[in-house]
Amino acid sequence: MIELKDINKSFHLGGETIKALDNINFKVNKGEFVSIIGPSGSGKSTLMNILGLLDVPDSGTYNLDSIKIDKASQNQLSIIRNNKIGFIFQNFNLLGKLSAIENIQIPLIYKGLKKDEAKKRAYKLMEKVGLKGREKHLPNQLSGGQQQRVAIARAISCEPEIILADEPTGALDSKTSLEIMKVLEELNNMEQTIILITHDINVAKKAKRIVKISDGRLYEEGIY
Amino acid sequence: MTKFINILIGSLKNIANNKLRSTLTMLGLIIGIASVIILVGIGNGSTSQVSSQVKSLGTDILTLNIKSSDTSLEYSQLDDILNLNNIEKVAPYKTVSSTVSREATTSERANIIATTDNYMEVTKLTISSGRLLSSIDLENNSKVCLLGNDIAESLFNLSNPVGQDIKIDGDNYKVIGVLTAMGSNIGSNIDEMLIIPYTTAKYLGSDTSVNNLYIKVKDEALIDKTTTIIENYIKSSLGITTDYFSVSSQASMLDTMESVNNTLSLLLGGIASISLIVGGIGVMNVMLVSVTERTKEIGIRKALGAKRKDILVQFLIEALVLCICGGIIGILCGLLIGTLLGNMGYTFSSNTSILVISFLSSSIIGIVFGIFPANKASKLNPIDALHAD
Repeated sequence: MIELKDINKSFHLGGETIKALDNINFKVNKGEFVSIIGPSGSGKSTLMNILGLLDVPDSGTYNLDSIKIDKASQNQLSIIRNNKIGFIFQNFNLLGKLSAIENIQIPLIYKGLKKDEAKKRAYKLMEKVGLKGREKHLPNQLSGGQQQRVAIARAISCEPEIILADEPTGALDSKTSLEIMKVLEELNNMEQTIILITHDINVAKKAKRIVKISDGRLYEEGIY
Repeated sequence: MTKFINILIGSLKNIANNKLRSTLTMLGLIIGIASVIILVGIGNGSTSQVSSQVKSLGTDILTLNIKSSDTSLEYSQLDDILNLNNIEKVAPYKTVSSTVSREATTSERANIIATTDNYMEVTKLTISSGRLLSSIDLENNSKVCLLGNDIAESLFNLSNPVGQDIKIDGDNYKVIGVLTAMGSNIGSNIDEMLIIPYTTAKYLGSDTSVNNLYIKVKDEALIDKTTTIIENYIKSSLGITTDYFSVSSQASMLDTMESVNNTLSLLLGGIASISLIVGGIGVMNVMLVSVTERTKEIGIRKALGAKRKDILVQFLIEALVLCICGGIIGILCGLLIGTLLGNMGYTFSSNTSILVISFLSSSIIGIVFGIFPANKASKLNPIDALHAD
């Protein structure tokens, strides 16, 4: 359901061309939990951006849920992101001036849901990630783990095809990290496709399949 | 619609979160809008005041002014003018100034209008006591006078002046009547003046030549034609061109004054508009800062599915809300200050159209000066925006 074919992406930096992604071929089936592991500078952020439709490749094709992402406009990419992709970031990226519940409603409102509908769904999601009763809290009134739970709730609010988690535990202590990974595993148990990007092998091992990226090339590591 | 309401609530929150900054930004607009309302209001006020004064003279009156210092009409020629077509009455007048006194009270350089019995009717003046000038007064060069309300009070206090004597330039004049109080009128205050018979002015160092004349026409519809007839009469009898005299109707005076006043209003409005534009630039500046500050927010919103339009509308509405709030406060301030100025004696007149124009212009400023920052925000690349601090 996700298929990258011959993806290339390079950047120009001070007259030099850096090949961030070198002929990437990659396939993720529905319900998979894949880790992409690699050191910094390996091209994993670029791959994440392309998978998340935040960036477009120089060449190659990307099929997402049988939609061919070719020469889509920024607006089309926004709509696809809204419908198909849920982001989880290392720094949570919650909007600081909005309450937890309002943060969860953002994608729903961009999707065009009525305010009441969006609110109702957001309350359910708060319950689902175990934060019932903290709906009105601002992000800075929540712990790191709680903030990441809000971010997860936001990521799954539009029932996306895939969740892209970029170092979701990078800013958390080990105990909280385990909790967050557990939430992701539970989601995966409910047939949610998850792509996890990390440099931490212990985190990567929570996934059922590990893919290694190095110097812009992908290597299949193994399936657990 | 849900999106729109959400954006609106969001932008109000944002403005509330940056109270000081929002207030300072709005201040520019408040000053701009308030000054538009005050300056245009004062301009309009003086226009309506002047035109009501001019209109009060009536539209059936022509004014003849001879500006030539070499020649003038003779008093006896007035009968010739009266015999011209469509002319009902004429009232020559001249202003002399002299010392007026009674007992210990003296008024130096008091303004005295020397005129005929028709003057009162033509200028719509009335008396509160006594009698008007009569043709007999004119024939006999009688030393009689009518007193303006204020000068009557200052000379006679509360006693009745009618029938008593005052001194003008040392001569005794009998007071025959007192004028009804009128208030000030286009540069002159009738309440401070005296009226004497035209022919009597010769005792005050003046002759009976006529330079200023009010002419009342019979048929208003023929006023333009009558103007030409009078012009032709003056040209042929005095041998001067229209450079040296003028015959003007109240309507044409009104036109002239209105055009002067409109220019004034335009000028005042122009000055105020400049401050409005400066206010708008302030809004743009603050919005640009806001976009820079919220780059990360824009990135997050885009990652979550915000389209260019969503971001554009968000920032545009914020600028618009800022400007409309500023506009409304500005309108209220303008009306308040205008009313205060009105109480201090200035004529301030405001109408719905200027309020609507002010409100619309503040909204337009919001859109015009908000579109650039909003567009800049909407064009941000989501990756760059996400990685901003």
